[in-house]
Amino acid sequence: MIADTFILILLVIGLLFNALGVIGLLRFPDVYTRLHASTKATTFGSIFLCLGVVVFAISQYLGTSDSQYLMVITHTIIAVFALAITNAAGSHAIARAAHRSGQKPDPAVVDKLTEAGL
Amino acid sequence: MDPEDSRMTDIFMIAALITVIIAFGAMVRLVLGPTNPDRVVAVDTINTLTVAVMILLGVVYQQYIFIDVAIVYALLSFVSTLYIAKHIGGEL
Repeated sequence: MIADTFILILLVIGLLFNALGVIGLLRFPDVYTRLHASTKATTFGSIFLCLGVVVFAISQYLGTSDSQYLMVITHTIIAVFALAITNAAGSHAIARAAHRSGQKPDPAVVDKLTEAGL
Repeated sequence: MDPEDSRMTDIFMIAALITVIIAFGAMVRLVLGPTNPDRVVAVDTINTLTVAVMILLGVVYQQYIFIDVAIVYALLSFVSTLYIAKHIGGEL
């Protein structure tokens, strides 16, 4: 079936990006590059895992026309939006807190944020 | 449910297990992390992966209430991340 292949492709993309995000979290040298790798890659990967669930629910709904699959679709999309918005805002808050606590980027030459007095 | 559906839920189960293994990789950074912001980054990553695992397991076990739990978990982990960030930045 074409829906199964599509779900498999979405899940593989999601797992690949989650794995790349965690590898970046383990390998990068300082907190800002770790934040850059882990937040963006795991958000993207989790969005693709949820898209796999959405495609599965759509194919089930077209097969059975059971209304609980419509609930699955809408709630998964709400969860994806909550994940995307909160991850972006949370990673910004972590980066600002790390800068305020005195962490410098690894080979720091200029620091415009401190020069601006923020 | 017919056998083809159980084959699909097996695929979701495998995806959930691999995501849990990836989350254990992030836990290494949580233990090692030289500074506190590194640990907060690791916790944030584990929270994101936990939301994905909850949604996948909700499909696997046909318990679609897990997806609602995942929404609430995402919002509460956002609040806790902001609180820890305020604490690290010395603004509390």
